[in-house]
Amino acid sequence: MRVERVTKEFRLGGTAHLGLKNLLLRSPEVRHHLQRRVRFEALRDVSFEISHGEWVAMIGPNGSGKSTMLGLIAGVLHPTSGTIQTNGRISPLLELGAGFHPELTGAENIVLNGVILGLTRAMVRERFDRIVEFSGLGEEIDRPVRTYSSGMTARLGFSVAVHVDPEIILVDEVLAVGDEAFARRCLDKLRSFHAAGVTIVVVSHALTLVEALCDRALLLVGGELVAAGPPAEVVAAYRARIDD
Amino acid sequence: MRAGDELRARTPAATHPLQQRVDLVLVLLGKELKVRYKGTVLGYAWSIAYPLAFTLVFYLVFRLIARVPIENYALFLVMGLFPWQWFQNSINGATGFLLANAPLIKKVSFPRSLLVLTGVLNDLVHFVASIPVIVAFLVWSGGRPAGAWLWQIPLLVVIEFGVTYGLSLLVATANLFVRDLERLVGIVTMLWLYVTPVLYAWEMVPEALRWTRWLNPMALVIASWRQVFTEGRLTPEIAAAAAGWSLLIAVLGQLVYRRLEGRFAELV
Repeated sequence: MRVERVTKEFRLGGTAHLGLKNLLLRSPEVRHHLQRRVRFEALRDVSFEISHGEWVAMIGPNGSGKSTMLGLIAGVLHPTSGTIQTNGRISPLLELGAGFHPELTGAENIVLNGVILGLTRAMVRERFDRIVEFSGLGEEIDRPVRTYSSGMTARLGFSVAVHVDPEIILVDEVLAVGDEAFARRCLDKLRSFHAAGVTIVVVSHALTLVEALCDRALLLVGGELVAAGPPAEVVAAYRARIDD
Repeated sequence: MRAGDELRARTPAATHPLQQRVDLVLVLLGKELKVRYKGTVLGYAWSIAYPLAFTLVFYLVFRLIARVPIENYALFLVMGLFPWQWFQNSINGATGFLLANAPLIKKVSFPRSLLVLTGVLNDLVHFVASIPVIVAFLVWSGGRPAGAWLWQIPLLVVIEFGVTYGLSLLVATANLFVRDLERLVGIVTMLWLYVTPVLYAWEMVPEALRWTRWLNPMALVIASWRQVFTEGRLTPEIAAAAAGWSLLIAVLGQLVYRRLEGRFAELV
């Protein structure tokens, strides 16, 4: 995965008064307005490479652009300038229950989430038993998801996401839910993915875990990449900044 | 296993793009259909109850009170109102199709237009399920089904689909940029109903205004539905004009959507 000189700006303020027609046609008047409008740079000129099979953590204070970077890698956001190249199928770990419908059963939601993450129905069927087993939900799988606890929902979501055979996994602080036993299984699963050569990108505030598990860490501050390298060094640099 | 096989096994979306999209639409549609009446006692009957209730109201007002001079007015109403409801429900719902799925749009990269497509298909299913009711009214009024329906009904479904899907896509997209649309759309479709000959016959419109029919795709579509149901016939120039509008609107919807979809995740 190669991220080259990526800048991401978000436009602030409404565009409603310009009128849809003008926006679509980009009249000179609109262009002028858009240029003057307040912009917020979430990422500025960020470049890095992640090799196949690497486990990389992005750390940094809130609002430093970590989640924006994940959105860009996932392909849901597009860079204002610069390029991002990814090879392989990306599986984002969704926030608690995003993509689940509360009225549907766990089983129905497995199919729903599986196809949303890019599987065909046949492929979901093929993996169904493994997904249920990994989630540890047992008989509960036939009850509506609205009756699940948040931990159970998270387990099901994680279980689907890791069974779509991803080549790149994006994790945005979702491991903080679920009980201790499940958190450990999730980490074990990530470790086995790592061993199998899957690329993993996590955004995390759990610095100790980052140091223990990752191959490399990237420190983002205010939208800029300020440090990259072995987790111990980068985490130390981050801690030094916090202390300042 | 050869390296190529492994790659293929790992990337179904890349190797079965069409199958995957079809499955995605089917599963999303199945979800909508399952969820809509979950927990209700009458379930599916509700999808017919709504248009029937409208029919009843308009029948009371325009037949018993205002005395519109149309024969078999109840049949006349269901032939226009049922296909109209498909159009109106989809457009009114379109502003919500994307917003309701914001968490997915922000995280997962998949064709967002499929969410809009699913919404329109959902209302189409309910319309198709209500066609037997139209037929029942028809038979009760002394008419009978025509063999030509076998191609005429699918053709009209496709034509109305183009208009409905194209506009829904436009509305869903534009609403992310200008949220006022949510409110505006309900008003516009309501006014649209009254300028379209759904509750009244085209022949009752003053001569000087009749040319407006050609500017209103839904007027052409509804007129065609009535003609198909009662005569088993389509007027070529009306059907062709409707098809032209349908294509134009569908293409326009796609173009606007394509142009703006890259920013959806920032806006929902």
